[in-house]
Amino acid sequence: MDALTIHRLHFAFTVTFHYLFPQLTMGLALLILILKTMALRTGNPHYASAARFWAKIFAINFAMGVVTGIPMEFQFGTNWSRFSKTAGGVIGQTLAMEGVFSFFLESSFLGAFLFGEKRLGPKAHWFTALLVFLGSWMSGFLIVATDAWMQHPTGYAVGAHGEMVLTSFWSLLLNPWLGWQYIHTMAGSVVTASAVMAAVGAFYLLTGNHQEHGRTFVRLGVIEGILATVVMLFPSGDGQGRNIAWHQPVTLAAMEGLFTTEQGAPLAILGQPDMEHHRLDNPLVVPRALSFLTYQSWKAEVKGLDSFPPQNWPDNVPLVYYSYHIMIGLGTIFLAVLAVAAFRLWRGALYRSRGLLWVLMMMLPFPYIANTAGWITAEVGRQPWLIYGVMRTPAGVSAQVSSGNALFTLIGFLGIYTILSILFLFLVYREIEEGPEPAAAV
Amino acid sequence: METIWFWLVACMLVAYVIFDGFDFGAGIVHFFVARTNDERRVVLSTIGPVWDGNEVWLLAAGGTLYFAFPALYASSFSGFYLPLMMVLWLLILRGVSIEFRNHVESSVWYPLWDAGFAISSALLAIFFGAALGNVVRGVPLDRSGEFFLPLWTDWTPGQSPGILDWYTVLAGVTVLAVLALHGALWVAFKTTGEIEVRACRVASRAWWGVLVLVNLLTVASFRVQPRLQASFAARPWGWVFPFVAIAALLMVAVMNYRVWERAAFLASSLFLAAMLVSVTFGLYPCVLPSNGDPALSLTITNASAAPYGLHIGLVWFIPGMLLTAAYFVYAYRSFAGKVGVEERT
Repeated sequence: MDALTIHRLHFAFTVTFHYLFPQLTMGLALLILILKTMALRTGNPHYASAARFWAKIFAINFAMGVVTGIPMEFQFGTNWSRFSKTAGGVIGQTLAMEGVFSFFLESSFLGAFLFGEKRLGPKAHWFTALLVFLGSWMSGFLIVATDAWMQHPTGYAVGAHGEMVLTSFWSLLLNPWLGWQYIHTMAGSVVTASAVMAAVGAFYLLTGNHQEHGRTFVRLGVIEGILATVVMLFPSGDGQGRNIAWHQPVTLAAMEGLFTTEQGAPLAILGQPDMEHHRLDNPLVVPRALSFLTYQSWKAEVKGLDSFPPQNWPDNVPLVYYSYHIMIGLGTIFLAVLAVAAFRLWRGALYRSRGLLWVLMMMLPFPYIANTAGWITAEVGRQPWLIYGVMRTPAGVSAQVSSGNALFTLIGFLGIYTILSILFLFLVYREIEEGPEPAAAV
Repeated sequence: METIWFWLVACMLVAYVIFDGFDFGAGIVHFFVARTNDERRVVLSTIGPVWDGNEVWLLAAGGTLYFAFPALYASSFSGFYLPLMMVLWLLILRGVSIEFRNHVESSVWYPLWDAGFAISSALLAIFFGAALGNVVRGVPLDRSGEFFLPLWTDWTPGQSPGILDWYTVLAGVTVLAVLALHGALWVAFKTTGEIEVRACRVASRAWWGVLVLVNLLTVASFRVQPRLQASFAARPWGWVFPFVAIAALLMVAVMNYRVWERAAFLASSLFLAAMLVSVTFGLYPCVLPSNGDPALSLTITNASAAPYGLHIGLVWFIPGMLLTAAYFVYAYRSFAGKVGVEERT
């Protein structure tokens, strides 16, 4: 393997692993805030006890997010130094703001939230939950802003030595790419948290433990889950699709597996991109649907990969295609299951529907996979650019860090993260097994 | 403008060393001040609610360095690739050790994480000290402002140095002693009974080590990096910083002897700040010296971002830091006083 490939794998692996944790904690921060609000409004200690249980799960995930997040902040410099030197004056802004505005806020009040319930009283404790929620959602905003700038650079000029210079702070923070991407990302996080909550609730109902908590978890998980899934599809997914069609048409062609430019282009549901013959094998398509979804016209022309020079194609078209289709496919399954579950909940029959509870429990990994696949679509779809249209990926790597040194640390991270995964599963399973304490024992 | 950001980043690093320094120090002295499982739990609970916030100073300083001096961030992080990755691994081990220790009640679980906490803290202190040593000594920068250092070469700070040579190892050991002192004073300040007595004793022993090592390191630094001599000669008022450091170190000894624990800890913090400011002053306006041609050094002018970004940065940075100060006042106020043996985090 050449050094560039290893540096790319290094970042891809560490960021993919890292994002397994914030995607739960950001969404869970919202769900815990909802539980705390219900406790405050109703005065029912049951909701406070439910929030306390999820705070324990939150704490383990948060710790994992912190220890795997620090390497991300370092890797811009260690593995992508030429990118950092060129673009640091612009994206360093959002990264520094994340540290100053979000991380201090989260870390200062997380302790008070986790250990201060008795001392603070219900109102002040609710407020610490709000601050933790705000800190984590602001962190999400600033990091998505950084990525949005790499997808669609705005507000910069090129300086005397080729470095990129910030010219407009507001175009960095109000990047047209950013709005939909942020909503899409955060809704995805809420879907993960809702699915985990519903799955744990279903587990309790199916095993006959913690029945009352199980019902609360399933109810909240299903309701929040379906709301967030709808937001993912429309307007945020649709808005992001249009951004891609407008600003990265070659990425759209790769995502859809559209090799030739067509008027009334079909939407591929299944099929395997055949890079040797530039066609989709075994296609199952909806005729003209892609034209309609992209341009609201059944006859509109959609540019296929053949309209672009091959050196500007994403360097791994099948990966972009598959990850996009996995995301869409899982999202569709998710929406269908949650719609049925919400209907049964409305009819008051969900808690007795063992089959459906089984499905909710087994669905736990799906949103993790869908969120990860979505990010792979975005980041591999951005290739061959590191900063879209401005800097190609090979130009940004730390040229002086050799492949052997990079492989050494990649292997190190693989080993450490394997151990962390085992520890994490062990500790989270123990908390779920032990379950929430009864509401009376406040 | 570059000068303002230079000192702002320096202040953030000083804050990091003072705050996370006592966390590291608590880890270094962990096995020396606490014998039983309950005592070790107490030592951990002296940093439990605050260590995470303290570590954010490293992230925030790194982020600020990134946007204010992108060329320095890019050059140093890639040049110090191997040791930085090891620092990351140790930070992971340390964070996990602190957070996961109290999740399982078992006589094999506790010592495992206590050892992880102590070893990672000690190694991190040595690594950070060696990093500081590398910055003072200088690195072989090329024309594009890049370099890559192997872990070691011939162990001398010559023209082709490694990360580790006798000078940077000396710096690492010195920082280990300094943070052991700082951490012992913190533990003494936050605890009672046996642990408090032992921590005071560890502090007074560490103090002698610090005295010897800091003197050795200072002499060595002036020999290894002639720029320091030149800076203090050009601006003699800068001698005030090393003198404050000496005074603070003497105050630490007196106050620890009198068992004025809070004052001793604050004096140790002042000592850390004054030492770091002395070094920073000695290197200014250089941010990463070249060990060969001085013209290749990274300075605040050739490593900084463009003026617009630095101006706009100040607009959000100042309120951001005021908010942070408010959070810290809140966090430390609600955590005031001694931590008891029976109290569980």
